[in-house]
Amino acid sequence: MTRYHVSATVNGDEIDFLCEPEQTLLDVLRDELHLTGTKEGCASGDCGACSVMLDGRLVCSCLVTGAEVGDCAIETIEGMADGERLHPLQQKFLDHAALQCGYCTPGLLVAAKALLERNPDPTETETRYWLAGNLCRCTGYDKIVRAVLDTAAEMRGE
Amino acid sequence: MSAAEDLDYQEKPHELKWVGTNVARTDGVDKVTGRARFGADLIMSGMLFGAVLRSPHAHARINGIDTSRAEALKGVKAVVTRNDFEDQPSEMIQVGELTVNIRDVIRNVLAREKAMYDGHAVAAVAATSASIARKALKLIEVDYEVLPHVIDVVEAMKPDAPLLDEKQFTDGVDPKPDKPSNVAKRLEIKLGDVEKGFAEADVVIEREYKTRPVHQGYIEPHACVASYTEDGQGEVWCSTPGHFLVRAITSRLCGIEVSKLKVTASEIGGGFGGKNIVYLEPLALALSRKCGRPVKIAMHRSEVFRATGPTSGAHMKVKIGARRDGRITAGWAELMFQAGAFPGSPVFPAAMCAYACYDLENVLVIGYDVIANRPKTTAYRAPGAQISAFAVESAMDEMARALGIDPVDFRLMNAAKEGTKAAYGPTFGPVGQVETLKAIKNHPNYRVPLGPNQGRGVASGFWFNIGGETSVTMNVNDDGTIALTVGNPDLSGTRTSISVMAAEELGIDPERIRPAVGDTTSLGFNFISAGSRTTFAVGKATVDAARVVIGELRARAAAAWNIPVEAVVWEDGRARPASSNAGDFEPLSLEDIARDAKKTGGPIAGHVETNVSGAGPSFATEAVDVEVDPETGHIKILRFTAAQDAGRAIQPNLVEGQYQGAAVQGIGWALNEEYIYDERGRMENPGFLDYRMPVASDLPMIDAVIVEVPNPNHPYGVRGIGETSIVPVMAAVANALEDATGVRIQELPLSPPRVLKALNEKNGS
Repeated sequence: MTRYHVSATVNGDEIDFLCEPEQTLLDVLRDELHLTGTKEGCASGDCGACSVMLDGRLVCSCLVTGAEVGDCAIETIEGMADGERLHPLQQKFLDHAALQCGYCTPGLLVAAKALLERNPDPTETETRYWLAGNLCRCTGYDKIVRAVLDTAAEMRGE
Repeated sequence: MSAAEDLDYQEKPHELKWVGTNVARTDGVDKVTGRARFGADLIMSGMLFGAVLRSPHAHARINGIDTSRAEALKGVKAVVTRNDFEDQPSEMIQVGELTVNIRDVIRNVLAREKAMYDGHAVAAVAATSASIARKALKLIEVDYEVLPHVIDVVEAMKPDAPLLDEKQFTDGVDPKPDKPSNVAKRLEIKLGDVEKGFAEADVVIEREYKTRPVHQGYIEPHACVASYTEDGQGEVWCSTPGHFLVRAITSRLCGIEVSKLKVTASEIGGGFGGKNIVYLEPLALALSRKCGRPVKIAMHRSEVFRATGPTSGAHMKVKIGARRDGRITAGWAELMFQAGAFPGSPVFPAAMCAYACYDLENVLVIGYDVIANRPKTTAYRAPGAQISAFAVESAMDEMARALGIDPVDFRLMNAAKEGTKAAYGPTFGPVGQVETLKAIKNHPNYRVPLGPNQGRGVASGFWFNIGGETSVTMNVNDDGTIALTVGNPDLSGTRTSISVMAAEELGIDPERIRPAVGDTTSLGFNFISAGSRTTFAVGKATVDAARVVIGELRARAAAAWNIPVEAVVWEDGRARPASSNAGDFEPLSLEDIARDAKKTGGPIAGHVETNVSGAGPSFATEAVDVEVDPETGHIKILRFTAAQDAGRAIQPNLVEGQYQGAAVQGIGWALNEEYIYDERGRMENPGFLDYRMPVASDLPMIDAVIVEVPNPNHPYGVRGIGETSIVPVMAAVANALEDATGVRIQELPLSPPRVLKALNEKNGS
């Protein structure tokens, strides 16, 4: 089968990969680049476990083909912490016990970071609607929403 | 564990330093950085991709399977079918709170004579890429003879229903039936005389209820990697709550010795009971055995829905009698549970739990376990208890209304308490049902005024909790830190809670303890993480292991000081003489003793292998406020309060998380979730878009109230808290709906079309 050669930037690193036409960006991240922090929950864009940033846009990587990300900048959960320092959202998720099994957590963190980049002062309702594309079956969302709102307050310097 | 040792737990109170506080999750950083490795995250050298062919028919005889074209496809390395597995005899084995028949397990892993449901596995392939594996599936030719099927439990019980198993005669009826039936079993839970009880009643409520199958809905699909090597050794890496169980079943189905199979549990992305059984592991191992390369299989979400889980749908009849003063005189129920394609629905725990919240003299619950052409049901958080509670707690609410008594007060008048004899057998020790009711009654949420179209509902729930086989090893490292190995996969922070208890015993900071989930070669057998057992049972065994370690630490100090070991006590992480009579020695810290261990007798460790008993039952009471949109029938959850008895919360934030998560699963079950089938018996909604689980915007904050009535059989009073909070939810929501609208709906889910239809019928339009 013909495989496409693709060059892109992942978490700031320039990378190349070969992919089949039917491989999604999620497949490429996990199976070709071995960045397994991005998770598959549904492969149909319904659960958000595979959320990544693609040229600054929050996307489900299961809905993007690998072949179409040439020259794009991709950010995944593996690029969220700054060296040894966790991103404030990562720290607040831990402080608030906003994860249980942790499977949806990478996608939720990527999505929450995208929210705070657009809206540094979201209401609870805005937060809930922004995160409505990310399923979590363990927490009931309570502590996740609290963690995001608390992070927003901290990042605003309150 | 002897009773005397149990008593010791109560007689040794000390000030708690770590128990009851929130400490950092030991697996936390890995889980917020994407490092944590789940079932599908292992990559092995030379690894192949597996895929599973599944039946498109609800019921079909398999006359032949031709895999030759698939095997000829370039890149395909192995194909397995029923011919690659020996058949198994009929034998019951324990799986979590449920038992399964190994003869059925082999048939569920891979269809033999017949495909029993849409999605039933028929063959599996391993290939060099996922796309080749998928193509190979299309080249497998299966000769199906489609048979009549049955989906609904009431239909399946009829004498002329399509028969799933010609060899199944209903168990538990006398005389033994002479005709086979889809009813696998009839059972009874009985206390006193219900006829006498109903004769004493002033008011009798009698109703019928229906629930649909719902899926556990974990976000991580089932996944595993298996490797079989030339020397006959197998290794499996998989997402499971019980790798010892995976080893037991997989070695049995693959015909290899237990010692030749090593199973490592990955991090597990949710389970809620749905991963308490084996699906993929024997397939992956058999594929690897055929081609000598590691094989990964990960399910697609549609496979998860069609072929795993769910819990039962049920048809239930309930009859409750009470005197005008509010005292219940009798409780009766008939529970018909569909088990899926093989027997083993949770109807037995459903029957046991049905009236367990109440102190009653007369109870009769009859249960039927019924097979139908649906995926074999697996455990789901307090299996069965939530289903019977929907019926009983709905009827309880109607009774409270009929008597004109507040629903919390009505339950308080009849609540189970210490000394209550439960209909299912035991007499309760200290339990917290009264306390959870009072917690709800005293909560500010219970007094918030309600507006138009708004209503409040209350319900209670019960779950047993379990102990079970547990093995723990605690090693003291040479710098005085601790390596703690447990055998139970951690679904929600249990490793940390167990470390906290170890820290409390040893008198050291929890950060100095590194807990790990060991593989099956590193410990004795461990029962699966189920039945809310892990923090209770593994915690108890860990405390015992710590006490063994402390005994050795004291012995080393005693030897160094040349005094009897009885003259040495362990306090605040240090050995010191028990009194000035014992001598005047500088205390020795854990670090001091560990550093010199090589010279004083070698490594220091404690290990415990035990079958833990004494699990404490946990009760919950919940109140929910809803607002109903009269135009659409949509129910909005305004506020939700969950009060559950934890015994003692080792880490309050993790306990709250369990209550909140359970409440929201229940809300999904109440409002939206259901399996929908077409007329050919194919599931129509095998995806998250159409199987509608709650999302963040559907919900308010969930107020968790931790009630603590300590379990006397645990050193820190732990009961087990993972399950009960789902039990009352569906009834609480249905009760709130009636409070808001005057409409009583006895069938789940309370979805907008059903609610709107009921509202229109009430209004005569």
